Amino acid sequence: MSADHGHGHGHSLDPTVTEPDPHHAAAPGGRAVRIGIGGPVGSGKTALVAALARTLGPQMRLGVVTNDIYTTEDADFLRRAGVLTPDRIEAVQTGCCPHTAIRDDITANLDAVELLEERFGDLDLVLVESGGDNLTAVFSRGLIDRQIFVVDVAGGDKVPRKGGPGVTTADLLVINKLDLAPYVGADMGVMTADAHRMRGELPVITQSLVRDPAATDVASWVQQQIAAVRAPVG
Amino acid sequence: MGSLAALTLADARFPGGGHVHSGGLEEAVARGLVTSVSDLRPFLAGRLRTTGLVGAAFAAAAVVAATGMGAQWAALDAELDARTPAAAQRDASRAQGRATLRAARLAWPSPVLDDLCAVARHPHHALLVGAVVGVDGGSPAEAAQVVGYLAVSGPASAAVRLLGLDPFAVNAAIVALRPVLDAVVTQALHTSALPPERLPAPGAPVLDLMAQAHVHHHREQVRLFVS
Repeated sequence: MSADHGHGHGHSLDPTVTEPDPHHAAAPGGRAVRIGIGGPVGSGKTALVAALARTLGPQMRLGVVTNDIYTTEDADFLRRAGVLTPDRIEAVQTGCCPHTAIRDDITANLDAVELLEERFGDLDLVLVESGGDNLTAVFSRGLIDRQIFVVDVAGGDKVPRKGGPGVTTADLLVINKLDLAPYVGADMGVMTADAHRMRGELPVITQSLVRDPAATDVASWVQQQIAAVRAPVG
Repeated sequence: MGSLAALTLADARFPGGGHVHSGGLEEAVARGLVTSVSDLRPFLAGRLRTTGLVGAAFAAAAVVAATGMGAQWAALDAELDARTPAAAQRDASRAQGRATLRAARLAWPSPVLDDLCAVARHPHHALLVGAVVGVDGGSPAEAAQVVGYLAVSGPASAAVRLLGLDPFAVNAAIVALRPVLDAVVTQALHTSALPPERLPAPGAPVLDLMAQAHVHHHREQVRLFVS
C-alpha cells in the first residue's frame, strides 16, 4: 500500500462533497445534438473528432465524450491538439466492453453527456467517440441522434463488403486515410462501390485528413444533421 | 411467483451501468492479488460477507421502508454512507443507483421512488434495488439476494474479462458461494425492520483502501473499470 491513500478527500459523508465537479454548473438550456462516432481500432476516430472540433469549435458550443481503453491518451490527444479545453472532454471507462457501453448499457456515456450538459448548459453538439471495436458495434438511439461509422483504407478495401450494422446502418460512413490507398494497394473504386451497394441511399464520404485537416465534408454533414435534429417536427 | 423486478435487476443485461464496475477486482488484479479462479474464490467470499452484507441489509430494509409508512430514507441514506468509508465506493454506489433510477422511472414508476430521490438525488444502489423490489411486491429477502448476488457477480464478470478466466469455472465459483449468500440473506432479513442505525456494519478496510487507490493511481494510467 502506498502512502497516498485517502489524500485529496475530506472524508465528508456528503456525497456531493466527495467528488465535486470542479466546474460551475450552467443554467439549464436546450439539449445538445448528440453524434456518435464509431469504428474499428485505428481507423481514425479520434483524429476525426479533433478535426471536427477544430472546424466546428469556433462556430458552436461543443463537448466531447471519449470511451474506453487508452481513454486518457485519447483525451490527452484532443487536449494537446488544442482544439478543446479539458473541461469540454469527458472520458468514460467501459469495463472492457466498448460496444456494451454504446449500445446495451449506455449508462456511463449518458452520465458523461449529461455531466457536460449540466456543466455548460447550452451546448450545441456533443460528439461521443466509441472505443475501437468491430464491425457489429453501433450506437443505441437512446444515446445519440446520429452516428458516423469510420473505416479506413489501410484496414483493407474488403471491409465495406463485409457489412455488419456499423457499415450498413450508420447515418454516415466515412472511409478514412484516402491518401494511403496507393501504398496499401487498396482499390477505392471497389471500396466505395461496395459501400454504396451495402448502404443503399445512406451517404458515404471518403476523406484524407492529411489532405484536408478540416474534414470539410464531414463537418458540413454534421452541420446539416444539427439543423435537421433541431428542426421542428411535422 | 417471485419478483420480476428482482430477476431483472440481477440480470447482467439490465442497463444499470454495472458492467463498468469491478468492485475492486481490477485493482486487486493490478496488484497481482488475484490471478486465477482459486484466488478469485476468497476475494468474492470476502466481498460478499462484508460489502455484500451491508448492501443486502440495506436493500432488505429499503423493501420494508418502501412498503410501510414513514420510510426513513434520509436515515437509511446516511447510515449507508457511514458504512461506506471509501469515497470511491460511495460514488460507485450512487452512480449505479442513478443508473438504476433512470431505468426504474420507466419500468416501475412510483411515488416511492420520488420520496427516495427527494432525500438523495443519486440514491445508493442498494436502496434503489430495495425500493424497486418493494414497489414490485417483492420481499426483503429477494432484494437482499439481488444485492448480495451482484456484489459477487460483477467482480466475477470483471475477472473473466481482465484475466481471461474460464467462464464456466467462474460461474461455478459464484454458485459455490450459495451457503454464504444464504447466510447473508438470512441476516439481512432478520435486521430488515430494525432502525437504520442498527443495521449490520461489517467492514473490509483493504477493499476500501484499494477502491481509493484505484481512483488515485489510475487517474493517469489505463483504467478499464470505474471501480
